[in-house]
Amino acid sequence: MTDVTPYVVLSAILFSIGCVGVLTRRNAIVVFMCVELMLNACNLALVAFAKQHGNLDGQIAAFFVMVVAAAEVVVGLAIIMTIFRTRRSASVDDASLLKY
Amino acid sequence: MDFVKPTIEYAELAPLLIVLGGACLGVVVEAFLPRAVRRTVQVALATVVLLAAFATTIWVATDLAEVADGAARGLLAAEGTIVVDGPTVFLWGLVLLLSLGGVALFAERRIEGGVSAFAGQAAALPGTEAEREVSTRGWEHTEVYPLLLFAVGGMMLFPASNDLLTMFVALEVLSLPLYLLTGLARRRRLLSQEAALKYFLLGAFSSGFFLYGVALVYGFAGSMQLAAIAEAVRNDTGNQGLLLVGMGMLAVGLLFKVGAAPFQGWTPDVYQGAPTAVTAFMSAATKVAAFGALLRLFYVAFGSDRWSWQPMMWVIAILTMVVGAVVAVSQTDVKRMLAYSSVAHTGFLLTGVLGVQGAGELADGQVTSLQAVLFYLATYGVATLGAFAVVTLVRDSNGEATHFDRWAGLGRRSPWLAGAFALYLLSMAGIPLTAGFVGKWAVFTVAMSAGAWPVVLTAIASSIVAIFFYVRYIRIMFFAEPDVGPDGHPGEVASVTTPSLLTSATIAAGVLATIVIGVVPGPVLDLASRAGDFIR
Repeated sequence: MTDVTPYVVLSAILFSIGCVGVLTRRNAIVVFMCVELMLNACNLALVAFAKQHGNLDGQIAAFFVMVVAAAEVVVGLAIIMTIFRTRRSASVDDASLLKY
Repeated sequence: MDFVKPTIEYAELAPLLIVLGGACLGVVVEAFLPRAVRRTVQVALATVVLLAAFATTIWVATDLAEVADGAARGLLAAEGTIVVDGPTVFLWGLVLLLSLGGVALFAERRIEGGVSAFAGQAAALPGTEAEREVSTRGWEHTEVYPLLLFAVGGMMLFPASNDLLTMFVALEVLSLPLYLLTGLARRRRLLSQEAALKYFLLGAFSSGFFLYGVALVYGFAGSMQLAAIAEAVRNDTGNQGLLLVGMGMLAVGLLFKVGAAPFQGWTPDVYQGAPTAVTAFMSAATKVAAFGALLRLFYVAFGSDRWSWQPMMWVIAILTMVVGAVVAVSQTDVKRMLAYSSVAHTGFLLTGVLGVQGAGELADGQVTSLQAVLFYLATYGVATLGAFAVVTLVRDSNGEATHFDRWAGLGRRSPWLAGAFALYLLSMAGIPLTAGFVGKWAVFTVAMSAGAWPVVLTAIASSIVAIFFYVRYIRIMFFAEPDVGPDGHPGEVASVTTPSLLTSATIAAGVLATIVIGVVPGPVLDLASRAGDFIR
């Protein structure tokens, strides 16, 4: 059995980078890219664990995650593009009509 | 290697397949039928599909085989990825009934003067020539009905999923259509689009957490199946750290969906910005589906490790109830008030969730925490759907009048509608003889008998705070004079638009259900307890 710890650690680092990016970046597209980075970090962890356990569940799951991520891109870019066309800005700070 | 054909239990999965098939058919209708007939066909299709799915759900429910010495009924379907058991069919029925109400509100045209509450064409920018052309031609988005059906399909799959991957796919299938529906309001387009953006970004963020939780729990157990995870948890094989972190991340994803503090931030913004018909549907049905999944995950997969997650749930339940009730007091917008009240209700539901006990600890004939939560979901869903349906009708020249000053004196102008809204509020407040009282009583007793008295005390305290802001609305509607403007002239008051039969029937059905469940809770409680336990 291979030791998969380095891959899991790498996936945790990627996940954290994505997470910090979502919380600090202001452009909706960049925020969204950080979410995608988080999903891909999950894929890496899934595949690494699949190798460790010697079954295919994790690898199959990674395929499903890719499909779901693609569907999410479609919906997400549609929403971000509509809001960009009305506001001429994709900043998440500019969209602040709803509060309290 | 031979390829083994998977067996699919088509009969038991029929409700799910009907809804998803109907949704696909809706997309085809959208592509091939002329615009003039699309709306009629779509509404009819959605209604027929939901009714057919509901009928087959009843048929499946009566036909479930007993397993585990009669403690549970049902079977594992689709190679063990979907489980059709008592709680599943109960939640299916509930989601389908609530979405029928949702379709009725979506199809309402009379209150906007002949068009639906959805944008004529989402791609046409507000205030442009293109948008004016769309509205003069009276176009509307009929895609909302297939979107609703896809969301319903996801909501049915979510509590029925028996492995983490199915659960993740179901989570996305229910969320993605809702993100789109949120951004399609005809009036106040900017608010609606902003709500959609926030909902989408935060929703995608939280599903990232859910997925990393899936990966870690898979790393711990070596399987995605809930039963295999439960086995690994019981035998304490694998890395305990992976399990705890994974469990926490799964919880973040699910608690975000149900709107529990500290993940409740999106709730008021999305509920306010979304078209009210969408808010009504998603606040009621999403909560039902997400609580079903939360219960299944934590009871079936992590049930034997409940000492690790119960303390966390205690803290979150207390925080959610306090935040929901206290912030709701300062709200001046009806939709935001209802949103925070739904946050408080999430807290009450979590109180029921953490009341889980082993079979040996239960008194004879006592409702289990699962049954209490199922029952509470029914009472909450009905009242929320109805309350938001009422909000769609109170309007002035700018569309819906959601500021609470505008509701002053509504009780004198439209006593019936104000009476219905008052009833929904009283039910949410948990006044005896309404459905909400029985629901609250059920979840508080299970939590109490599980020894969670600090949570129950907080729950009772926040119920009292909640009564304050619910009753304030009733006072404004029935006993306050309409607002007087700064120049001494009375400001424009909101009036009640006469709806078509669709909305009136939804509101009336909600009122009827709230009263009947409140006065004779027996049949529904019985239904919830006949649902039995989860299949493990």
